[in-house]
Amino acid sequence: MSGWMHHLLVLPVVLPLASGALLLMYNERRPFLKGVINLISTLATLYVAVMLLRLADTSSTGVYLLGNWPAPFGIVLVLDRLSALMLVLTGVLAAASLTFAFARWHTAGAHFHSLFQFLLMGVNGVYLTGDMFNLFVFFEVMLAASYGLVLHGSGPQRIRAGLHYIAVNLTASFLFLIGVSLIYSVTGTLNMADLAVRLPAVTESDRGLVEAGAALLGVAFLVKAGMWPLSFWLLGAYPAAAAPVAAIFAILSKVGIYVLLRLSPLLFGAQAGASAGFGSQVLLIGGLATIAYGMIGVLASQAMARLASYSILVSSGTLLAAIGLSDANLTGSALFYLVSSTLTIAAFFLLIELIERGQSPAADLLAVTAEAFGDEDEDEPEDEVGVALPGTLAILGVCFAGCGMLLAGLPPLSGFIAKFAMLAAVFAPPATGTEGGIALAGWIFTGLLILSGLAALLAMLRVGIRVFWAPVDATVPRVLVVELVPIIFLLLLTLALTVRGGPVMRYMEDTASAVHAPERYIDSVLTAPPVPAPAAQVHR
Amino acid sequence: MEAILAIGIGILSGSGVWLLLRPRTYQVIMGLSLISYAVNLFIFSTGRLRSDAPPVLTSQPGSLADYADPLPQALVLTAIVISFATTALFLVMLLASRGLTGSDHVDGQERR
Repeated sequence: MSGWMHHLLVLPVVLPLASGALLLMYNERRPFLKGVINLISTLATLYVAVMLLRLADTSSTGVYLLGNWPAPFGIVLVLDRLSALMLVLTGVLAAASLTFAFARWHTAGAHFHSLFQFLLMGVNGVYLTGDMFNLFVFFEVMLAASYGLVLHGSGPQRIRAGLHYIAVNLTASFLFLIGVSLIYSVTGTLNMADLAVRLPAVTESDRGLVEAGAALLGVAFLVKAGMWPLSFWLLGAYPAAAAPVAAIFAILSKVGIYVLLRLSPLLFGAQAGASAGFGSQVLLIGGLATIAYGMIGVLASQAMARLASYSILVSSGTLLAAIGLSDANLTGSALFYLVSSTLTIAAFFLLIELIERGQSPAADLLAVTAEAFGDEDEDEPEDEVGVALPGTLAILGVCFAGCGMLLAGLPPLSGFIAKFAMLAAVFAPPATGTEGGIALAGWIFTGLLILSGLAALLAMLRVGIRVFWAPVDATVPRVLVVELVPIIFLLLLTLALTVRGGPVMRYMEDTASAVHAPERYIDSVLTAPPVPAPAAQVHR
Repeated sequence: MEAILAIGIGILSGSGVWLLLRPRTYQVIMGLSLISYAVNLFIFSTGRLRSDAPPVLTSQPGSLADYADPLPQALVLTAIVISFATTALFLVMLLASRGLTGSDHVDGQERR
């Protein structure tokens, strides 16, 4: 990696920042122009992410020294397989939900496109940064944009849900700050790699402080990820958000998961001395409780948007428990599950809006939205949005069935492979000979994973019968092609994950083994050479 | 000095948490502001409390022990800016909620 390619690493942050700022220059009367700029930027970011993925898979860990300061002193951006994977996943979701928003949502409120780009900037920054405080800054960029987006479309319901969302996340940010400063006060560093080197050397009297700091940090991330006692805000905010916003928010809960997956093996892995394994029990038990809670919620929810939100909790819980079991094979399968379930839930959120369009509650919601934002034309919004395509209901039904199979983990699609791989990893013969407690946790994990699949299947079947087979008022929802394309695209991607399961799984396993053996990561960051100064210019 | 600062942080965050759990939006925003002050003071204190120690290197030679740690001061500046911005955003939310629901309860309606 040298020359121009070296700077590719900073593009996923700089590109959305620049285009988000550019979009502020145009006012809301030019939605088409704004949309085109946004789409170009999103697709370019996705393209860069794919290039970075190839780079991360072939060459060593990429390190970008911001301001050319050597590693423990300046802020670094680090690219490895895990961050590249998350970048690509975010890019895919962003492209899909943006395309969906073009049908009508992008004109339902001010500054949708700028906020969308700033959200991408924050999320990409979280994946790339190698510095704790910089992580906080990118988290705040992401959250600030999401505060705006959750309110997109306005209306009392969104305002109420948004109020809770913002209050909870602001409080979590304060915990984040306290955690970071506690860790800094003991170790004297904020660089993640340097922190991993210094943690084993912390004296016994200070260890409690560091662990308290790490625990507070953990709470902040778990709020974001939606672990059980900390997840009640999610069930208000996600169903209230506009469909494309909810779809892109499917990645936000995975951001918390990503940070936990990055930090817990790095800081508290086997090499961490006395603190090794700190917090993994909490992740495991909390994750299992989250699966159980989400599962009951899936069975109990009436509205489809709530069903999808509870599915996010099930997915988060599964991933948290998998991280808590801290086994490299299981982590690899869990990463596969992460990609598969995120794509599924995003597609499901988009699909829900189309299905509910023919039904009265959603129509009420949209009417309220238009009223609150002061829509100029008083026509029925239903009329201008699309025509009744032939076979719309059939396409929607097939997509719905696909989502159901993915959530339940039934064979042809990738949900099955993901769950099967996780179960196979749990039951793999133990390499290190750790029996007893681990085996019990594995059994509970297995049971909950299968039961949650069954619960998802039951809930989806019930909803499917109610909506597609026995509708009380059989109105065919009017749907635009541009709204169907992103859903089909996301579902086809999960099909591609199945077909190309071997290579994808190989990548995930490489990622997981790199995450669980962070020596290479630490080494690459701390030895990254600054760019040599250009040859002295002769002033004439 | 340590005791006074610790008590101050404790009182600020304690009152902040109490206000945060109150049902009125205005109380919530006051609580968030108090917590943010407590957090800012806390970050500042992680550089150790010292007087007569500049954080910026001067031309006079001396050992590193003559200087205060500049990093927490830089961090606290960032934290102040961010919490200020998010508090302002929350204030807008509060007004919007008041306007749309006609109530200043955090749930948009009084508990019956």
